[in-house]
Order: sequence, then C-alpha cells, then structure tokens
Amino acid sequence: MSNALKFVHRIGLMSLVLGCSVAAAEPGIVYELGGKFDKSFNEAAYRGVERWSKETGQRVAEFEVFAETQREQALRRMAERGTNPVIAIGFSQQSAVAKVAKDFPGKRFVIIDEVVPLPNVQSILFKENEGSYLVGALAALSSKSGKIGFVGGMDVPLIRKFQCGYEQGAKFVNPGVEVMASMTGTTGAAWNDPARGGELARAQFARGVDVVFAAAGGTGTGVYQAAKDARKLAIGVDSNQNYMQPGTMLTSMIKRVDEAVYQALVTTRTGLSVMGLKEGGVDYALDKYNAALISSEMTKKVETIKADIISGRVKVPDYVNGVCK
Amino acid sequence: MDELMLGTLLASTLRVATPLILCALAGVLAERSGVIDIGLEGKMLCAAFAAGAAGAVWGSSFVALAAAIGVAFALSMLHGYACVIHRGDQVVSGMAINILAAGLTVVLGIACFHQGGQTPALPDEVRLRALWPEAPEVLGDLIGNGLAGYNVLVYLALALVPGVWLLLQQTRFGLRLRAVGENPHMVDAAGVSVHGLRFSALALNGLLCGLAGSYLVLAQNAAFAPHMTAGRGYMALAAMIFGKWRPLPALAACLLFGFLDALAIRLQGAVLPVIGEVPVQFIQALPYLMTVILLAGFMGSSQAPGALGRPYLKER
Repeated sequence: MSNALKFVHRIGLMSLVLGCSVAAAEPGIVYELGGKFDKSFNEAAYRGVERWSKETGQRVAEFEVFAETQREQALRRMAERGTNPVIAIGFSQQSAVAKVAKDFPGKRFVIIDEVVPLPNVQSILFKENEGSYLVGALAALSSKSGKIGFVGGMDVPLIRKFQCGYEQGAKFVNPGVEVMASMTGTTGAAWNDPARGGELARAQFARGVDVVFAAAGGTGTGVYQAAKDARKLAIGVDSNQNYMQPGTMLTSMIKRVDEAVYQALVTTRTGLSVMGLKEGGVDYALDKYNAALISSEMTKKVETIKADIISGRVKVPDYVNGVCK
Repeated sequence: MDELMLGTLLASTLRVATPLILCALAGVLAERSGVIDIGLEGKMLCAAFAAGAAGAVWGSSFVALAAAIGVAFALSMLHGYACVIHRGDQVVSGMAINILAAGLTVVLGIACFHQGGQTPALPDEVRLRALWPEAPEVLGDLIGNGLAGYNVLVYLALALVPGVWLLLQQTRFGLRLRAVGENPHMVDAAGVSVHGLRFSALALNGLLCGLAGSYLVLAQNAAFAPHMTAGRGYMALAAMIFGKWRPLPALAACLLFGFLDALAIRLQGAVLPVIGEVPVQFIQALPYLMTVILLAGFMGSSQAPGALGRPYLKER
C-alpha cells in the first residue's frame, strides 16, 4: 500500500473511532457570542452542563461561537455527529435552529430565549420582566436621589423586556422615581464594549442616578467598574455577579439558565416552557457580598412582592404587550 | 444645559478621545514616513491584552505599561519587517495584524485565565487613577469635571500632540522623516538610511499604540475584554486622514469624534424641542453621519504623503 493510501486509511479509521465515541447520544451545546466564561449568560448555561455531567458522569459536546456565521454550521455539525439533544443558547440562534431542526426531524433541539415552533424543538423562555421587577423595586428602595438608571446591551425586544420590568418594579414601590435608560448599541458588538458601558453609566451618574442596572453581557463589567469608581450602586444580570465588585453591587437579577439547561438535559420535553418566579426561573441575588447593602425591611418588602407575583396578586405586564414604549 | 452637564460632557469627550488621539498620532508618524498603518486597531488590542494580563499576573502598573508598549512595539517591528525590509503590501500586513490580534488575544486569554477571553479585574492600585479626584468639589462642576481630575495618560496624550508636531516640524529627524515619506530616493541620495528612518517611525508608532491600549485597560476600564477596541483604531485612522496627516488637525478630529460620541450618550432618550424624542438608532448613527458630511463637504482636498504605501527599493 502506498504511503498516501495508508494515510487516507488511517484517517478513515480515526474518524470511525471518533464517530463511535459520540454515537452513544451524548448531548451537545452551542454557546452564544461572548463565550462560555462570560460571567453572565453563557456561564450560567455552562453551570447547568457541569451539574449534569457531574451527576451522570457523561460528557457534553461543547462549541463556542466566535462569529455570527458559525451558529448554523456548529448546530449542523453537532447533529451530524450524533449528539442528542442539541442545545442552542441565546435568541440569536433562532433562525439557525429553525433551519437545522427541520433537517434532523429525529433529533431533539432546545433553544433558550426564543421560540422555534417545530415538533422536535423545546423552546425555553424566561419571565425577565418578573425578575427585573424585583431588582427595580430594590433599586428604588435604596436610591437616595430618586433617580435610577438602566444600561442595555443591544437594542432588542429581549433587553427592552428587562428595562420594562425594572421600571415597573421601581414605580411600584416609589411612583415618583425617575428611570433613565441607555442602550449600548444596535449590533452584536454592544455585548462586549465595557468602555462604552462605563461612559453610559457615568453619564447617568452625572444626571443624579445612584443605582444602575446593566443588562448588557460583557459590557456590564464596565458599568460595575464605573459604579465602584463613582461610589454608586450597580445591579448585575443573568448570573449572580455580586462578587464582581463587593460593596457596590446592590444585587443581581438571576436568570436560572443553568436550571433550564439542566432540565433540558434531564427531561425529553418539546414545545414551549416558560420559567418565571413561580418556576424558579428568575430571582434576585442575596449573598455575603451584598448583605450589608440590603436591610431587613428591604428584604421583607421584596419578599412580599415576590410572593404576590407568585400567587398572581401582582401582575407584571410584559414589554411585548406594549406596556412600556 | 447646566454647568454640571457641560463639565461632564467635556470630561466624557476627553476620556473617549484619548485612545483615538494616541492612535492617530501613531498613525501620523508611520504614514508620514511612508508606511500605511491600518494595523492600529490590532496593535491597540494586543497592547490592551498585554496590559490586562501583565497587570493581573504581576500586579504592577509599571509592568503592565511596559508589557503593552513592548507588545505593540514588537508588532510594529513585524509590520516593518514585512513591509519595509521585504517590501510586502502594507495594507495586507496591517490587516493581517488586525485579524491576528482579534483571534490571538481571545485564544491566549482563554488559555491563561479561563474567563472567556477576559482578564481578571485589576485592583485599584494597579490602575491609573485620576490625579486629583477631589477636583470637582474644589474647582466647581465645569472646570473640576471638564479640565481637572483625569488620569495621567489623558494629559500625556494631550501633551504629545504638540510634542509630535515639534518632532515633525522642528527637528532634523522630523524633516528627514517627512522627506522619506515624500521622496525616499532623495533621502537615500543624501546618504540617510530610508529603512532606519521608517523603522524609527514605526518604533514610535508602537510606543503610542501601546499607550492607547493600556489606557483602555488601566484607565478607562479595569480588565481586558475580547474585541474591546470596538473599531477605535479605525476611527483614529479616519481622524488622521481627516486631519490631513498633521497632529493638530488630527487632534481636532479626535475631539470631534469624542464629542459626538459623548453627546450621543447623553442625547439617548432626551426630548428635544420641536423634534420630540429622538430614536436611539438615529443618535447612534450621528457620529458616522457627521463624519460623512464633514468629509464630503468641509474638509477640502487632503494630500497624502507622496511615497505613502510604496516600499523603497534601493537602486543599485
């Protein structure tokens, strides 16, 4: 056999071996721009994966998207390799999931933060408005100036949903509160521009804001830093980010993406699942890093609101229904 | 608009403009010597990463600054090696640096710190803090916020503008540097090394890019984040062309960009008379719109250095 042929043969064997190792239907996950360790949204998903791996001892195939064009390729590649289910993190993967799921009807796909109405897809949505409502209430309770701020990442309906819930929560405890909102940008770069995030926060501080909520992915780190430098308070998002600037992080609006991913791995559901306060999908963070900033009266008040939302006594309208403009 | 608004607007303008000024000056030096430099973005990004990584590991602002300058300097030398010595295409080499920087910083960041390409946040003592943080209380809102209370790199960037002007216009080295960008044959005929001059220009260019990158990490933020330059290198390049390859007009262009950006940040959600609330998208497009209008309407013709982009081949 010639050397070249031998080489081809070996490659063929290798791919066969590789193919076998994933054939046992290990699950796959495709992270969104920002990367697995973004301290925020993707990292929450990663924690869910980690928990599942630890419990079952099984591996999960992972892929971190670095460019917009990679999403569909990555999902398709996962499906072709035999991974099942294939989990797509983030609303931007919607069109890619819709396309690939149609081509692999026998496989289960999961998308987080968006809806893909196909029989083999589970779509998981969060009630960000409910979690934001709670941190909005906390912001209004701890603001001395009566002015609070919001820094969004990319200007998309999802982020407006955070903003809308935040405003309503703040106005619920203090109807006179003034909310200033800024968006970082209108492209994907807006998730990763801490310098601009910092400037946006400083501009709000100059206008009297003393608590700022950032729902902006990696841009948020600039906001938290600016808050620390100006001795103001900041609110984290998605993961518990209280540890990032202890002492000036009022709280974090936690979105339990980890729980969603874990549940998606354990169950075999398809269709739409919505995770709100009631389902433990969203919450506010209280730990040793912000214990000094939140008094027991504040906790009591927020816990009451939380119970009222869960029992249905307080309804948090959604941005999608046109409550905020 | 009150005094406080005006003061913070001015402050924001300068903070945003500082990396642009440093990069634009770097561009002026390289391009006046005849070497196109569209690698500003990449060099700034690598320098920012170096500053973030070195600062996090060794916990010293001096080491962080040195690492940033060293890395940008090395990339400038690489650019020189490809384009000056081997006469490669200067645009291609610059672009290669940008692409290399965008990928390499993330890969190294993930490999070293396992935080998705970010570097750990730097402690306060490593960062370059405002020289006089109490200035607004002492001098009032306008002057305190607008003119005092910056960190050392902002003042350094402003001081470097006349510095570079003096270097280019008033020294023998500057005369030669400009000559090599206009007509390298003449310089060669006078017995001065073309390569030597271009490499010195690139060395200074690397130094300035290093400062710009470290400003992003040590002063404006406290950590490196992937792709954090977000196009600032290209804006600096535009400012340099805007300023017709001269330091003082380039400074004006950088300040204009900074001002428009600062204004855009403050105009979000504001209600203007007559027009009502302006859509966010329009406000965010404003700096770019103004650039096009100013470029097309008010700038007049601009003359690039004569030998820009042309590698020099010594006649034998």
